[in-house]
Parts: sequence; C-alpha cells; structure tokens
Amino acid sequence: MSILDMASLVLIAVGCLFFIAGSVGMLRLPDVFTRLHATTKADNVGLGLLVLGLLLRSGSMFVASKLVLIWLLVLVAGATTCHLIAQSAVRRGERPWSKR
Amino acid sequence: MTQTLLLFVVVLLASMVAGLIRVKRGPTSSDRMLAAQLMGTTGVAILLLLSEAISRPALLDVALVFALLAAVTGIAFVQRYHAMETGEQE
Repeated sequence: MSILDMASLVLIAVGCLFFIAGSVGMLRLPDVFTRLHATTKADNVGLGLLVLGLLLRSGSMFVASKLVLIWLLVLVAGATTCHLIAQSAVRRGERPWSKR
Repeated sequence: MTQTLLLFVVVLLASMVAGLIRVKRGPTSSDRMLAAQLMGTTGVAILLLLSEAISRPALLDVALVFALLAAVTGIAFVQRYHAMETGEQE
C-alpha cells in the first residue's frame, strides 16, 4: 500500500467519524436549533474530508473536478436549507432550549 | 482497498439508520425535515465512496442529482409551511 493510499484512507476514515458525530448530535441534542447546528456543520466537514480523500485516489482531472463540484453544491445547499428550516421553526413559535 | 471502502460505506449506512430514529421520534416536523436533510448528505457520501469502490464513474452523476434534490426538498418544505401560514391569515 503506497503512502498516497494510506493518506486517502485516513482522510476518509476521519470524514466518516464526522458523519457519525453529526448523527449522534442529531439524536442527543435537546432542540431543533442545536440539532441543526450539529448536523449541518459536522456533515459538511465530513463530506469535505471524504472528497479530499477520494481526490487523492482519482485518476483524472475530470473526476476530480466533479467531486469538488458535488462538495460545493452540498455545501451551499446545506447552509441554505439549514437557515430556512431554522427560520420556519422560529416563525412557528419554537423557543430555543435553555437550562431551567 | 475495495473492502475497506465498502466497510466505510456500511458505517455511513449505519449513521443513516440512526437518522431514521429521529424521523420516528422527532417532536416537530422541522426535526423530521432535518433528519431527511442528514440522509441526503450521507447518501451523497455513500454514492461517492461506492463509485470509487466498485469503479463506476456514473454514480458520481447520481450523487450530483441527489445533492440537487436534497436542496429542493428542504425549500419545498419551508414553502409549504409558508403557504399554510399566509392561507390562515387571509
């Protein structure tokens, strides 16, 4: 196994860890806003690391640019959707969680 | 190498299944939408890994369409609630 393969495997593994952290945050945190925060951030970083790991293994420039394009699209879409969901939750009268 | 990538795919699938728990339990519809959003992102990641593991470049296009559709579902969700609210006020 070459050093490049090793590096890409490590990057992909760390990306998967971020995905798991996002899922755990979504299940454990107390209200919609904290859950949105955990999921959106962790997943976007996880996907970024995963794409970086796959970039090291991609043979052609075409595939590499497509991977980066997918990541950018998910990044923009994720941020926009997170904002919209939070705004609609506020409009429907949901209160942010606070320690009583 | 291929086996390791497939192992990562299984790990990501498990994290997606955890999202289903939130869909079942989620107190508000925002929580359910959030879980669907998570599944969209994880689904894209799974498709990218699979396309590398079994060397099918076409799966990259599928991932691209997934990313696009995930964005559209979120916006459709918010729009629907907005329409319901303004409908009630009239």
